Amino acid sequence: MEDRKAGFEWAWSQPTGIIGILRTIDNIPIAQRYMATGFGFFVLGGLLAALMRIQLGTPDNTFLDPETYNQVFTMHGTTMMFLFVIPFIEALANYMLPLLLGTRDLPFPRLTALSYWTYLFGGLLLYSSFLFGLAPDGGWFAYVPLSNRQWSPGLNLDWWDIALSVAEVAAMGAAAEMIVAVLRMRAPGMSINRIPVFGWAMLVTAFMIIFGFTPLIVGTLMLELDRKGLTNFFVPDAGGDPLLWQHLFWVFGHPEVYIMFLPAVGIVTQVVQTFSRRPVVSYTLVVLAIVATAFLSFGLWVHHMYATGLSPLAMGYFAAASTVIAIPTGVQVVGWMATLWSGRPLWRTPLLFALAGLVIFVLGGITGVMVASPPFDFQAHDTYFVVAHLHYVLIGGTVFPLFAGLYYWLPKITGRMMGERLGWASALTMFVGFNLAFFPMHLAGLAGMPRRVYTYPAGAGLETYNLLSTIGAFIFATGILLSVVNLIVSLRRGARAGNNPWEADTLEWSVTSPPPNAQYAKLPVVRDRHPLWDTQWRQERMRPEETPAPDQEMKEDVAQMDHWPTRWRGALVVTVNEGRPLAVVHMPRRALSPFIASVGLVTLFAGLIVDYLPVIWTGAALVGAAMIGWFWPLSSERAAMEEVGRPGADALPLAQYGPIANGYWGTWVFVLVLATALVTFVSSYFYLGGNIRVGVETMPATRAGLATVLLFVGLAPMFAALRAIRRERAGAIRVTVLAAFALAAIHLWLLLHALFGSGLAPATSGRDSAILGVAGFQAVVAGVLLVMLAVSVLWVLLRPLDGRGWATVWNASVVYGFAAASAVVAFAVLHVVPRVG
Amino acid sequence: MNRIPAGPGAERIADLFQAMTILGTIVFVIFCGALVWALIHRRDAVLRPTPEDDRRRTRMILLFGAVLPALILLPLLFWTYGTLAAIDPRARPADLVVEVVGKQWWWEIRYRDTVPGRTFTTANELHLPVGKRVELRLTSTDVIHSFWVPDLQGKTDLIPGRENVAWIEASRPGEYGGQCAEYCGVQHTTMGLLVVAQSLEDYERWAASQRAPAPTDTVNAEGREAFLRACGYCHTVRGTTAGGRMGPDLTHLASRRTLGAGLLLNTPGNLGGWIANPQALKPGTRMPRVPMSRDEFRLIHLYLQTLR
Repeated sequence: MEDRKAGFEWAWSQPTGIIGILRTIDNIPIAQRYMATGFGFFVLGGLLAALMRIQLGTPDNTFLDPETYNQVFTMHGTTMMFLFVIPFIEALANYMLPLLLGTRDLPFPRLTALSYWTYLFGGLLLYSSFLFGLAPDGGWFAYVPLSNRQWSPGLNLDWWDIALSVAEVAAMGAAAEMIVAVLRMRAPGMSINRIPVFGWAMLVTAFMIIFGFTPLIVGTLMLELDRKGLTNFFVPDAGGDPLLWQHLFWVFGHPEVYIMFLPAVGIVTQVVQTFSRRPVVSYTLVVLAIVATAFLSFGLWVHHMYATGLSPLAMGYFAAASTVIAIPTGVQVVGWMATLWSGRPLWRTPLLFALAGLVIFVLGGITGVMVASPPFDFQAHDTYFVVAHLHYVLIGGTVFPLFAGLYYWLPKITGRMMGERLGWASALTMFVGFNLAFFPMHLAGLAGMPRRVYTYPAGAGLETYNLLSTIGAFIFATGILLSVVNLIVSLRRGARAGNNPWEADTLEWSVTSPPPNAQYAKLPVVRDRHPLWDTQWRQERMRPEETPAPDQEMKEDVAQMDHWPTRWRGALVVTVNEGRPLAVVHMPRRALSPFIASVGLVTLFAGLIVDYLPVIWTGAALVGAAMIGWFWPLSSERAAMEEVGRPGADALPLAQYGPIANGYWGTWVFVLVLATALVTFVSSYFYLGGNIRVGVETMPATRAGLATVLLFVGLAPMFAALRAIRRERAGAIRVTVLAAFALAAIHLWLLLHALFGSGLAPATSGRDSAILGVAGFQAVVAGVLLVMLAVSVLWVLLRPLDGRGWATVWNASVVYGFAAASAVVAFAVLHVVPRVG
Repeated sequence: MNRIPAGPGAERIADLFQAMTILGTIVFVIFCGALVWALIHRRDAVLRPTPEDDRRRTRMILLFGAVLPALILLPLLFWTYGTLAAIDPRARPADLVVEVVGKQWWWEIRYRDTVPGRTFTTANELHLPVGKRVELRLTSTDVIHSFWVPDLQGKTDLIPGRENVAWIEASRPGEYGGQCAEYCGVQHTTMGLLVVAQSLEDYERWAASQRAPAPTDTVNAEGREAFLRACGYCHTVRGTTAGGRMGPDLTHLASRRTLGAGLLLNTPGNLGGWIANPQALKPGTRMPRVPMSRDEFRLIHLYLQTLR
């Protein structure tokens, strides 16, 4: 046993030294860096806000000139929305989710590291624009035509667009992690209805990121192509439409605010639960409310566009939808109140922050219902009334809960308690400062002060409101500073936290503070929703659990995993519904490839900003090299393959390839992203009238039709390959994979041939740009598929019976299926509809 | 609102706003009261909530968190629909049609007429007769702007490539300020608009004088010549050969209250400063600093003051 413990410690030890810092892929150190970086951007964004408030504190002020002010407000919004809130939430989730779920790490450790480095370098890339006086100045929402090349010819908006792309990569990576983590990597016995509410919140949020961020990725891509003069998606004179940008942006933008809010709902639920000393009154209702909010939030986006000249029918529908979303939110809020009401409140800082946030958020929700009404929005839109509303819901609904979560979980993270008195002082100062800063903005907006103005005239009735706001902002900042001081002091002199200082119920409080690297050397077995609370709750729970108590098999699996594996890193994968142990998953210990890939990505994007080919090629080469390193066979995985039983054996099998493997699930998440992108391109195509061929020859369909058919034909060898893998027939595996590869290659060649021979002129036509969107996306999917198949070919030619190769074949088959389906959709949209419709 | 609505559009919206504010305040106060009570009410030292208790509480959550909000929000939604219908541009026919074209960073205003010759163009100032409905045809030639005169009506965007229809109407005479309400670039802040509501006779008199071309007498010939050379490329003065469309129509510049889209009062000093160096007053404005000699400047300055 001692050998086993030593081996296990070695397997989970962190790399040391400077190179060690770059090679770390453990969720705990990455999450700590992520949170620190996120907080750093919070401070930067706050400094920008301070500059704005100084400028607006008095009328006709000249502290900032107009151009600088416009850069400052753009960067303030962009920083907070893209570089602070979501990355910080992801960081906190990266740290806490494995602990809450009872597992040892996130499912894709290298992806965790990639997300972090990309986020760090992307954020730095964005801020480097200040050094050149080229900070973005189009607002965080960058409406066209202002942000397009004619009206913003400088590099500012290219910087914005491209640095954003880097942030998008980080968000997507985190989303894939959380989906697979919450669904598959939990403690044995943690059935789906026993997952802590924060876990549900992050799962739902991760799906929202997939469906919400992808339209933004497509939109920012379109904008950058427009800005480079290659397309005209948004140029009205060429047949593009500025409103298309607004639709794409807000289809992202509205879910975005719920992506920021729902994790906070999860945090507040945990905090309210712990500090009421009872379980939340209705777990089912809270989870349902989270899911309902997520679905509804995708149907509201047009309420940001009420003033653009919509039909009353459209406005009526979106007004109704925007109002209805208050209902699940109401359920959540009343659910918390019922829990507090029937519990025994423990007055500590986390609860105070949660309550302060709740009060602020509810006020913001009420003004939200007001602006959901189009007639009132006609007056309030683009005024300081909306600035007030959005800060009430975002700061009350996300920032205060984040502080609550930090005060709650920092003792676990650092092992030291935070000071209570400083905590209360911080919370109260922040509460008073916030309201003083933002409440007068309602009145300023109603008095006629628009947004995004660098000054206002004296005598217009705006001076007092703005002065109060400025004073309040600095009080608010002081409150935040108090928490920072609290953290620093507590790190040195805080009382030792112990495992469970709050006597809370969830699994993270069963490990030491700070937690060990592996988090759970001995996996906990979960029997109900509140594992750490005594049997009193277990006896008095509302409904008897459906899942049986741990049986002999589960106990054997848990014993197998005790301080094991020792020569490689392994964690448990469970069934989605019941949480029964399913398999052991191998995870890499350390890797430099994520860091190199991030450096390459950011270099590539920096080169795209300035249009400098040598830099672009360098970046691409670095990314390519990193990808080769990433997918190079791991010797630790070979060790895992030797040690672990085959499927059908008594012991837990290795989750290496096929539906049992995390990589397969991750590929499905990737396919969801691709599907969302396809829907976005197709919608944009119809929006811009791409299906209408007036006086222009319809694109020749033969090549594209043949390409589609060939890809479909290729499905046969692709699935035959999977059968051959099951039968472990090396020869058949080789032949089928090669055949699938060949057909996919011809398919791509035909697609490119069709595209380049089509006579499309996107550089002068919005309609052709829309067509290029769909056809070009098809080609990109085919290209990605070909790369995955090429890797598979390499594997099956060299090592046809290696499980690692089988994993690539399985993953390629998922993308193959999607590519075939999307080829049919694209063909129908591009070639059938214009001839028929 | 501390602004008093002066037109039927703003009045209808203000009524809705008042209702929502009163209702919202009541809800917020009750919520805060309930929260405080939830936190401080006395309870037993040891908790033993039973499953039945929690089932009852779940029903309460649904009642107060879902049903009650729905009952409050539904009537509000219908009030919204009623207001939307009332302020719809198609609800009543218009008495007057005015085209407004947004430009960085000023407003081109064209009064349409059934007789083409009676059409006239001005900038940054919109006069209308009290009690008459004015239909606005809104578009832009560069980026998105937004037409907003809060005392009279909600805002509508001016979007290049499309024409939006809105309306304003003033119930009483007065001057009402407006401002661009969609970020449109560096001088978005200084894109103001003045709406002057007058009695019908005053309005007709104003319109008639606006329709007239600039005088072509010989008294101002030198000034006119200087103006044509320096300014005719970008500006129009009807009655002369100055036909530029890039900047505002200056035919009756001297009749306007402000310069630079609400930036400055239209006084001789301000006018001189603007002609001499518009970039110093409104950095980034599209009007360049036009090189001219002191004599030319003086002539143009005096000439523009004759364009009443």
